[in-house]
Amino acid sequence: MAPVHPNLRAALHHLPAHLPIPVPRQFGRAGKRHMSEKNSLVILVVTPGCDQFPSLESVENYTLTVNDEQCFLLSETVWGALRGLETFSQLVWRSPEGTFYINKTEIEDFPRFPHRGLLLDTSRHYLPLASILDTLDVMAYNKFNVFHWHLVDDSSFPYESFTFPNLTKKGSYNPATHIYTAQDVKEVIEYARLRGIRVLAEFDTPGHTLSWGPGVPGLLTPCYSGSHPSGTFGPVNPALNNTYEFMSTFFLEISSVFPDFYLHLGGDEVDFTCWKSNPDIQAFMKKKGFGEDFKKLESFYIQTLLDIVSAYGKGYVVWQEVFDNKVKVQPDTVIQVWREEMPVRYTKEMELVTSAGFRALLSAPWYLNHITYGPDWKNIYMVEPLAFEGSPEQKALVIGGEACMWGEYVDSTNLVPRLWPRAGAVAERLWSNKMLTNLDFAYKRLAHFRCELLRRGVQAQPLSVGYCDVEFEQT
Amino acid sequence: MKSRRWFCGCHPTSLSSSIWGRLSLQSEHSDTLTVNDEQCFLLSETVWGALRGLETFSQLVWRSPEGTFYINKTEIEDFPRFPHRGLLLDTSRHYLPLASILDTLDVMAYNKFNVFHWHLVDDSSFPYESFTFPNLTKKGSYNPATHIYTAQDVKEVIEYARLRGIRVLAEFDTPGHTLSWGPGVPGLLTPCYSGSHPSGTFGPVNPALNNTYEFMSTFFLEISSVFPDFYLHLGGDEVDFTCWKSNPDIQAFMKKKGFGEDFKKLESFYIQTLLDIVSAYGKGYVVWQEVFDNKVKVQPDTVIQVWREEMPVRYTKEMELVTSAGFRALLSAPWYLNHITYGPDWKNIYMVEPLAFEGSPEQKALVIGGEACMWGEYVDSTNLVPRLWPRAGAVAERLWSNKMLTNLDFAYKRLAHFRCELLRRGVQAQPLSVGYCDVEFEQT
Repeated sequence: MAPVHPNLRAALHHLPAHLPIPVPRQFGRAGKRHMSEKNSLVILVVTPGCDQFPSLESVENYTLTVNDEQCFLLSETVWGALRGLETFSQLVWRSPEGTFYINKTEIEDFPRFPHRGLLLDTSRHYLPLASILDTLDVMAYNKFNVFHWHLVDDSSFPYESFTFPNLTKKGSYNPATHIYTAQDVKEVIEYARLRGIRVLAEFDTPGHTLSWGPGVPGLLTPCYSGSHPSGTFGPVNPALNNTYEFMSTFFLEISSVFPDFYLHLGGDEVDFTCWKSNPDIQAFMKKKGFGEDFKKLESFYIQTLLDIVSAYGKGYVVWQEVFDNKVKVQPDTVIQVWREEMPVRYTKEMELVTSAGFRALLSAPWYLNHITYGPDWKNIYMVEPLAFEGSPEQKALVIGGEACMWGEYVDSTNLVPRLWPRAGAVAERLWSNKMLTNLDFAYKRLAHFRCELLRRGVQAQPLSVGYCDVEFEQT
Repeated sequence: MKSRRWFCGCHPTSLSSSIWGRLSLQSEHSDTLTVNDEQCFLLSETVWGALRGLETFSQLVWRSPEGTFYINKTEIEDFPRFPHRGLLLDTSRHYLPLASILDTLDVMAYNKFNVFHWHLVDDSSFPYESFTFPNLTKKGSYNPATHIYTAQDVKEVIEYARLRGIRVLAEFDTPGHTLSWGPGVPGLLTPCYSGSHPSGTFGPVNPALNNTYEFMSTFFLEISSVFPDFYLHLGGDEVDFTCWKSNPDIQAFMKKKGFGEDFKKLESFYIQTLLDIVSAYGKGYVVWQEVFDNKVKVQPDTVIQVWREEMPVRYTKEMELVTSAGFRALLSAPWYLNHITYGPDWKNIYMVEPLAFEGSPEQKALVIGGEACMWGEYVDSTNLVPRLWPRAGAVAERLWSNKMLTNLDFAYKRLAHFRCELLRRGVQAQPLSVGYCDVEFEQT
């Protein structure tokens, strides 16, 4: 009898809030003629380990057995137990008389892809801490296991850095109210850990960095209008040593704050216009022999950054431009495919990335911020991540995908209904078997799950015409 | 700029309301607001104008960083461009808890909307609890214990709206969009036929039976008494003729009436009879544009609601046709707020010009306003508020304000500021674009 793992203890404590039957209360198992009362769910976790963080390599397998003799959850790791507990919580149902039941069950379950992520953007709109924590809860209900935190961007810099406090002082929307303190960040990481969710922090450079400028004068490239600075700024200035000193120090902090092996280093949408206009950069290009090819300059910056981050013992994920622009990256780089049609259709991009030997994450068809009228969850669900030409070894390089909720038009007022239950379609696609594609069957289950989300207090929007026993009312 | 406590001078006795009139399409909404050293004064003809002025006043008050409330020197003479500025909610596709409706009325008042178009029932469910025909909800609601509007609920909505100067325009859409009426009133709907046998499915209300009109008489007597507004909305949209065509009794009726193969004549017959019934109860009515498009003979004071964007013609053309035939028109076609897309669609909503069609001034005067529509196929109490606000505010301003007020930058500034104010008032209004409010929304 092992002591209860803190993760499970935490999971069990948070279960009663939504699980109709907190263990070990009584519940019955309904069969045609046969019922037996159950007092408890026995959980057996093979590999001990109390204080660990989940990783890309974490084993999430579990088996769940419910019959006359036993009510038993078995897993290799605590992460599998968490997945199994969530399944268990969704199998319990209630009769009209009020009795809780669970049907005879034999489940052997494991995820198809190890990286099943959700991206939140806390730069375009600040998300209160509660919104992030609530999202982690619902991610766990959906067996998502990576929270891709796009912390900063052009719009605002809410991440409170202790080595460079001016970043938030000058770059956040409001340094008194619209920041994430070190305490907040710790809380997110631990809250996620207890749910078996990795936190993949992204500090996107050299583009998408306007908000870094006020706090770190000289970091961004001053754009030029003819021979004079125009007053505007562009991407990080790759021509200055200071830039790399800053990045060294900054990413030392980031590497220590975020425990996951991977950091996301961005690298998307670098606009070369500003670099082109700047005479110092032109001189640097000449000095380096890059000619007119600014992709080489971008390469130079990113390679240096990747070396810095590698030296801190971190792996990294980057957006696909890094690959498209032929930046020399380490072979274990993970490429995140996000562009639907450019430079090629995303299925083709997946083929190119994996055929070059890199691991890939799929996001392109899963931009949940791209709302349209109607049941778009179907399109989301029908995406097949491995629908491209390639060998089995190549396809094995697809480690999963991420639903993205970019924040231009999203904040805490509309995040929850816009995320759920649509993101659930991504979650199932990443966890379940490739053959599970029947839309009618999916609709039945997702609609039922949506009502369950309501019961759990989640403001998940409807899939289509219909009703739930208890509709959502704000308390 | 004088520092004043915000309720200064706006104690009810300072309001000059000479007429406590009944709330109607004709209700005078104009008001003047004067704030200066000598006075803090809201003057209006009616209480409805005072409500509008009070809302304006509430939006003019601001707070300094130190916490003092201020209002700038102000001289406003205000009145709405259009008298009918409505919002449609659909409580059939999804049941909306009473609180959602009441909350919506609050925010409508913040936006000077003055008509709540309540699309109570439809194919999906029948939540309106009828006392003359209780089986309608017993058999037609999603759940008669939980997903209905009792007589008490309906009274509450009407009164809550009245206190905010909002008319309740109730819609009971027939003869199409009536599947949910079927279980509670056997024989009301047309049984569809597959060849010579009933297929088991049902279509629109059966216009060939006397029982139908007896039912409608009794039902609309109740509706006419429950809903105090002069107007009822009688629907009349999207009548699918297929089921009627398949039914032998209807075929016989068509022959007897000499309608030939023209089912528009049958639809006409039904609607004309219905309109006569409702007129006899002293009610006016609003109908969807198909009633006009299909040349149903309607009373000259019928209001036609234009909702179709491209068919049978572009909506601007439809507005021209409706008004040129002498009917009053309501514009909804470009304002289907349930049609969400990615990006700042509030701009397109805002830039609609309701009178952008060929016509004489008299013709254009027949456009009495418009309505933003929030159909409920994909909308319920989980996403209603962020989907409605602040986007519906763009419609509200277009219907209240001067035609010349079209500068998008100016509108953005004000709407973005207003959105933050909505947050402060506890309304879960979504962002217009990148940015922030001093206090972000957090569910308590």
